[in-house]
Parts: sequence; structure tokens; C-alpha cells
Amino acid sequence: MFWASYLLAALAIILAWPAPIALSRASWPARAPFTAMVLWQSIALAGGLSMIGAMLVWGLEPLGDNLVSASVGFLDILIDDESAETLGVVHVFAISAATLLFAHLVSTLVLTFMRIRRQRRRHRDMLNLLSSPAADQPATLVINHPAPVAYCLPGGARSVTVMSDGLMDLLTRAELDAVLTHESAHLHQRHHLLLWAFAAWRSALPWLPTSRLAQRAVSELIEMLADDEALRHVDEPTLVRAIAIVGSGALPRAEDVLDDPLADDPGRDTSAGAEVTGGTADTRSTAHRLSRLLTPLPPLSRFQQGLALSTAGLLLVVPPVLLVAPELLG
Amino acid sequence: MATLGDLERTVMDLLWATPEAATANELRDAIAEAPSGEVGRELAVTTVLTVLSRLEKKGLVERERDSRPHRYRSVTSREDHTAELMHEVLVTAPDREAVLARFIGSVSETEAQTLRKLLGGS
Repeated sequence: MFWASYLLAALAIILAWPAPIALSRASWPARAPFTAMVLWQSIALAGGLSMIGAMLVWGLEPLGDNLVSASVGFLDILIDDESAETLGVVHVFAISAATLLFAHLVSTLVLTFMRIRRQRRRHRDMLNLLSSPAADQPATLVINHPAPVAYCLPGGARSVTVMSDGLMDLLTRAELDAVLTHESAHLHQRHHLLLWAFAAWRSALPWLPTSRLAQRAVSELIEMLADDEALRHVDEPTLVRAIAIVGSGALPRAEDVLDDPLADDPGRDTSAGAEVTGGTADTRSTAHRLSRLLTPLPPLSRFQQGLALSTAGLLLVVPPVLLVAPELLG
Repeated sequence: MATLGDLERTVMDLLWATPEAATANELRDAIAEAPSGEVGRELAVTTVLTVLSRLEKKGLVERERDSRPHRYRSVTSREDHTAELMHEVLVTAPDREAVLARFIGSVSETEAQTLRKLLGGS
């Protein structure tokens, strides 16, 4: 089984480092965001699987020729007090590390889920008190705030899109529609599940620079996917304008500048403005989104998309196959 | 059928509308008079007290210690709560990103300038 564990380790290293870096630098994801999203997911999943698998297979090696008989041998040691002298300290260490890593990943996933759900519930509670339903839009709330803000809060049947009346003052009807279809695309396509998984991966493995790259790429890709969905309902200049207006927080129409509610309240203006403009995490993503809409590139060819999707599929198949391969070969 | 959430909202609207503290009895009467449809039916004072204690637990309402019957007032104004909630939305912390999805994330100052130029030119 040694060679299987080495292959798994090699795969784990490739998926932890060069592969995500290459994918995060590639320009084609903007042309096929869905495909890129699938690839990111399989990189993360296969990466974790091969990391755990490599240690497990290596640690169980003295106990049997294949994973099944080795696992049975290991259970005998645990349950039936069989002698463990075939296992060296390094093997025990590898098995423990694999178990711990697995438990760590799963528990981080669960804890992140619970934290997100708690924060959403609290947020929804406050929204319930502070916002009112939009006049002509289902599942849309309006909140009294001068900053142009729109976001969606997922929560199954209680998912809502929230917009500020500052936003409604700034945007035309068509631009608002662009924003609302963009947000409802997030909800329909269940983007919050992706954000959850990659946020968990990042907090489980913060020392792995690629978990940050992956999270950033994924949050950028879901914006592109939602933009594409919005473009099926509104034309491109409208969407671009909506993004630019909200993004700059600017007041494009001169007559509005005079009764800008932000101008009346310098304290609030700077606090809100500083937060909106001070971030670094996704400062590039708005520019990416816009340039992608302004100078659209042709989508990837079917062949190229097929190639990327097969790679993603292959990544998911290889680690399990490597786990059982020694068995298959006898 | 009015839910507890609806009642909380009605009570908060009443408390935010007045700077005075109010007793559960006064609040019940105000709710009965309010033209807010389903909520504005006869409520037991105990229901109002339940709602008030929930709101107190959430930190939205405070009780005046030495008055009998207890008088309740809102902790801060509606505007402050809204500002706080929006602050939560506008601050981009990595661990918050998954809670809600914003239409536009953070924008750098140079990027905002580019966007403004784009708007000016169009």
C-alpha cells in the first residue's frame, strides 16, 4: 500500500498549493464561472480527501495488504486488545493525525454552519423590527438608511433581499430590477452553501494560503454567476450602471447631490464610507466584474469546458480509487 | 394571527415613537387603539409582558427599576439600531462574508474614483 499513500500525498500537495494558485491566476474563470466553480469545489474536496487518505493508508500499512484488511486489523487492536507491536510510533502518529484532521474539518464545518445560522437569525430578528416589506416585490425588505446597500439574507423559505431606501433613491426602476435579480440569483443558486463551505475550509486551515485564495475566488465567481443571471432580465448597460453607482456610492445625478442625506450627517458619512472604501479583501472583484461586463470575452468552447469539468470529475474519483487500488490489484 | 415577532415589532414601534417610558397596561391600550389590523385586537397584559421580556433579553428595551408597575423604554432610537445593523452589513470581515451576500463588496478609493469617472462619462 506504500505507493498508494505516496501518490495520495503527492496529489494532496499539488491540490494544496500549485493547483489553486494556478487556478486563481488564470483568466478563463471569468469566461466560464460555473465550470471554474465546480473545479474549485473538487480541488477542495479532493485535496482534503487525499490529505487524510495519504496519512491513513501510510499508517495502516503494517496491518494488512489492503485498506479493508488493514482497517479490520486496526479495529482488532482497538476493540479486542490485539497486540499493537506491528505498529510503530510513526504509524500510530499518522493514523491519529488522519483522524484528527478529519474530525477537525468536519467539526469546523458544523461550527461554522451554526455560527452563520446564529448570526443570520439575529440579523433577521432585527430586520423584522427595522424594515418594512417592499411595495411591489415579494420577499424584499426596505430599510431606512442613506447608504446605497443591497444584500440577500439566505434562510430557506424565509430568504429575503434587503435594500436601503438610499439605494432606491439612487437607482432607476430598471437598475433596481438588475440589483434584485442579481440578489435573487444568489438565493436561487444556493450560493450561501458555497460560501459556507469555503469559509469553513478557510477557518479550518488558515495556515494554508490557498484556502484564502479559494474563498476569494469563490466569492468573486458567485458574483459573476449572479451577474450572468441578471443579464437574462436586464440589459448590460443597466447592470453596469447599477454596479458602478452602488460601488462608487456616488450620486450621479447633480440635482441629488444637494439633498444627499449623507452630507447632512458628516459623522455617519465617514463611518459608513470608511467601511465601504477601506476594505482590501475583494477590492479587485468589482473591477473584475465590470471589465468582464464592459468587454465581454467569448465563453470557453464546449471542448475546453468539458476538459475542465472532466478534470474536476477525475479529481474526485482518483483519491477513492487510490484508497482501494491495492486491493483491486491483489 | 399575529406572531410574537409581529407583536415585538408593534411594541417597538410604540416605544420608539415616544420618549416616555410606558407600562404594559398602557402599551396594551395603545395596541388596541392602533390601526395595525390583526395585531390590534384585545391582548392580555401578560402577552405584552412576555413580549417586553423577550425584547429586554434582546437588549432592545430596558425596565425602570424602581417604578411599580414597571415602566419600559427603548434602549436606543430606531435610527441607531438601523445604523448598527447596516454597519454589520457594510463591514467586510472574512468570517462574516458567508452570513449575507452583498450586491457590491468593499471598494477601494481608487476603484471608487474609476467608477465615478465611468458614470460621469456615460
